[in-house]
Amino acid sequence: MVIDFKEEKSVVKTIHTGAKPSIDVAKKVVYDTRNLNLWYGDHHGLKDVNLSIYENEVTAIIGPSGCGKSTYLKTLNRMVELVPIVRTSGEILYRERNILDKNYTVEELRTHVGMVFQKPNPFPKSIYDNIAYGPRIHGIKNKKILDEIVEKSLRGAAIWDEVKDRLNQNAYGLSGGQQQRICIARCLAIEPDVILMDEPTSALDPISTLKVEELVQELKKDYSIIIVTHNMQQAARISDRTAFFLSGEVIEYDKTDVIFQTPADQRTEDYISGRFG
Amino acid sequence: MRYMDDSVVMKRMTKRITFNKVWKTLFFLATTFALVMLAILLYRIVTQGIDYLNFDFLTNFASRFADKAGIKAALVGSLWLMGVVAPVSIILGVGTAIYLEEYAKKNRLNDFIRMNISNLAGVPSIVFGLLGLTIFVRMMELGKSILAAGFTMSLLILPVIIVAAQEAIRAVPSEQREASYGMGATKWQTILRVVLPAAIPGILTGSILALSRAIGETAPLVVIGIPVILQFLPDNLLSQFTALPMQIYDWAKRPQEAFQYVAAAGILVLMTVLLLMNSIAIFIRNKFQKRY
Amino acid sequence: MVSQKENKTTSVQQLIANSRNQKTKKIVEKAMPALLFSAALISILTTFGIVFTLIFETFEFFKRVSITDFLFGTQWLPFSGKEPLFGILPLIAGTLKVTLIAVVVAVPFGIASAIYLSEYANEKTRRTVKPILEVLAGVPTIVYGFFALTFVTPMLQQIIPGLKLFNALSPGIVVGIMILPMITSLSEDAMSSVPNSMREGALALGATKFEVAIKVVLPAALSGIIASVVLAISRAIGETMIVSLAGGSTPKFDLDVTDSIQTMTAYIVQVSTGDAGYGTTIYYSIYSVGFTLFIFTLVMNLLAHYISKRFREVY
Repeated sequence: MVIDFKEEKSVVKTIHTGAKPSIDVAKKVVYDTRNLNLWYGDHHGLKDVNLSIYENEVTAIIGPSGCGKSTYLKTLNRMVELVPIVRTSGEILYRERNILDKNYTVEELRTHVGMVFQKPNPFPKSIYDNIAYGPRIHGIKNKKILDEIVEKSLRGAAIWDEVKDRLNQNAYGLSGGQQQRICIARCLAIEPDVILMDEPTSALDPISTLKVEELVQELKKDYSIIIVTHNMQQAARISDRTAFFLSGEVIEYDKTDVIFQTPADQRTEDYISGRFG
Repeated sequence: MRYMDDSVVMKRMTKRITFNKVWKTLFFLATTFALVMLAILLYRIVTQGIDYLNFDFLTNFASRFADKAGIKAALVGSLWLMGVVAPVSIILGVGTAIYLEEYAKKNRLNDFIRMNISNLAGVPSIVFGLLGLTIFVRMMELGKSILAAGFTMSLLILPVIIVAAQEAIRAVPSEQREASYGMGATKWQTILRVVLPAAIPGILTGSILALSRAIGETAPLVVIGIPVILQFLPDNLLSQFTALPMQIYDWAKRPQEAFQYVAAAGILVLMTVLLLMNSIAIFIRNKFQKRY
Repeated sequence: MVSQKENKTTSVQQLIANSRNQKTKKIVEKAMPALLFSAALISILTTFGIVFTLIFETFEFFKRVSITDFLFGTQWLPFSGKEPLFGILPLIAGTLKVTLIAVVVAVPFGIASAIYLSEYANEKTRRTVKPILEVLAGVPTIVYGFFALTFVTPMLQQIIPGLKLFNALSPGIVVGIMILPMITSLSEDAMSSVPNSMREGALALGATKFEVAIKVVLPAALSGIIASVVLAISRAIGETMIVSLAGGSTPKFDLDVTDSIQTMTAYIVQVSTGDAGYGTTIYYSIYSVGFTLFIFTLVMNLLAHYISKRFREVY
């Protein structure tokens, strides 16, 4: 018992210490946000945001509701433009190209940047057609290749074993947790570079949440993941870096253990210790 | 191993985006088709009819001669018709709606009533004409009177009024009903003093729109056999009469070209009446919208 | 002070208790539901009235004309004095020609406008276009009939030289314009009720709006769209004044759309405006035609109902 406990602790420690030296220097920047401002009509939603997001990491964005964390995430694939009154200024460089430039087509951007939503939103189609939707719109018609993509994506989302015998059934027959993993698989099928996750577990039960969290850990080997969460324990468990947003501003951005153990800003500490939010 | 080939994807991307733009334009053009048709229709009728539309046209009876033909009997007849249709259809329609929304329990009879109403809404108006001819004109011996035509038209628009009234009643928040019950009011008192006053704007709007359908409806009148050339005005509910759409139909089918212009003038009168009724309906809708 | 307050409360309660309307109140409470129920019964009586009228008078008709001649006869010549023929197929052919042309016009335009309004248009455009569609839907059919006869037919005659004054094409197109707003607004309702999260899911995968509309929204709203088309077909079959004015009165059992036709509805109008006496075979024939028409539209309405219930998507 005692030995087990010690072992566990030491494992955790090695992950932290092992990760520390390589960051910043060796890691490539995926997203570089520079002086981003965003307005919803008259409301100043994001204020002078500057953030660099690194490759093959899980970056968590935390903050109280209404702080702009979801807005920021949706700016990264320009889904925020679905609201007609939104205006932006500043730049977001994705792989060194400014995505806020009008010449950057959203379709191209979203082919490289996948997204998983707060509530599972599979299409009212079969599981197979859900996964194959993305590859199909991008021109893959070969049945054999589609089959392989579907299997690979479902395996990647750790749901293959649960659904392999009923690929032709409607995705709505699945449980909420399974639906969310179908949505993750759907996103993996277009082989994105970055995956944005907007509170992906907020509509799920604890067991499904755990599965999705394990999946995120697995996925970061191949993808860069940015996850918005209202759950601080979740951020602490799964992320490498954490950004704390408050009223549209980035208050603090650092490695997750720094944010949670020795935050530099009083407001971060107050939020993390549960004094507001 | 990657399945998505970036260069292929990018090549297709341009095509897909162009495709989207082309289709957006096509969808937009399709939308304007209806608007253009409406514009042409209105333009044609106004240019054809405006010269014939004068004070004499409104005060003359029908005539064999195009330049003496007037719409007086039809206009007055349509008003008499509305005088029957409005009270009959609104009382029956609102009564049915109250029953369905407030009293009806979920059982097979009430399901049947609901199903029946939605099917009745889809019965062609000419079939209502056959019903009116058999039941009201012949069996009840009302003849080709205002009453016979009025009852027929009332039944025709009844489903529309029921549905509109149901929606208006459903929109009254249940908290208001509960507040009334909470003070010991009975069910009928609650309906009469809380639900109906709150639902009246919606009921009125729906009813006026339904009545404007009745005023333009021709087929049942043709089947009942309403006369067209009348030289007198009706003086009671059992009088013979003619109505606007009936008169227009008669003019439109005459071979002489001059009567086309008379028909267009008649349509202008009918459309003006409809426009007036619709404006009232829209006014009521806007004035009383979203009060809770 | 306290006693005064108590007095006041008790007095209101007493007033209520003493009020004499308790008895009338009870009667009203019992009577109103019954009264309202009888109003609801009127709609059922109407249906029974329609069905029994049609069946009864059609029965009279079949005493004079054999049912097989009626159902399978390819000639409808009720006015030929010596040997009138009552084969309904020519009238059905006329009705179907007009309906088919109307569908060809209304379905592509109707669904395309529905897609534009629900997927592309901004709020302002939607708020402008929808009332105009309502106006178009509110135009009396007699006005459309006049439009067909005096505008569409002459215009088509310039394009198609052989086109007769009365034909199936012109009323068909105009009936199409008439049912278009119905298809647009019902289909738009069906598409708008597809949750936005579906659209977001597809957009986030890099889909264009067109792909979202065709591959996600359209399939999800398909039952509602098909139901709207079926309802519109039912309206086209029962349409009377447009075909009476512009279609003609020559029932023919063929596929020609450029020549004069007669629909079921137009025949009923022709007899009604003529001087066929009560009790003649021709008089009863309008009920047999009306009954056939009623069956057609009833089947369509039930089908639309079934489609929208049975295949409704659950999100």
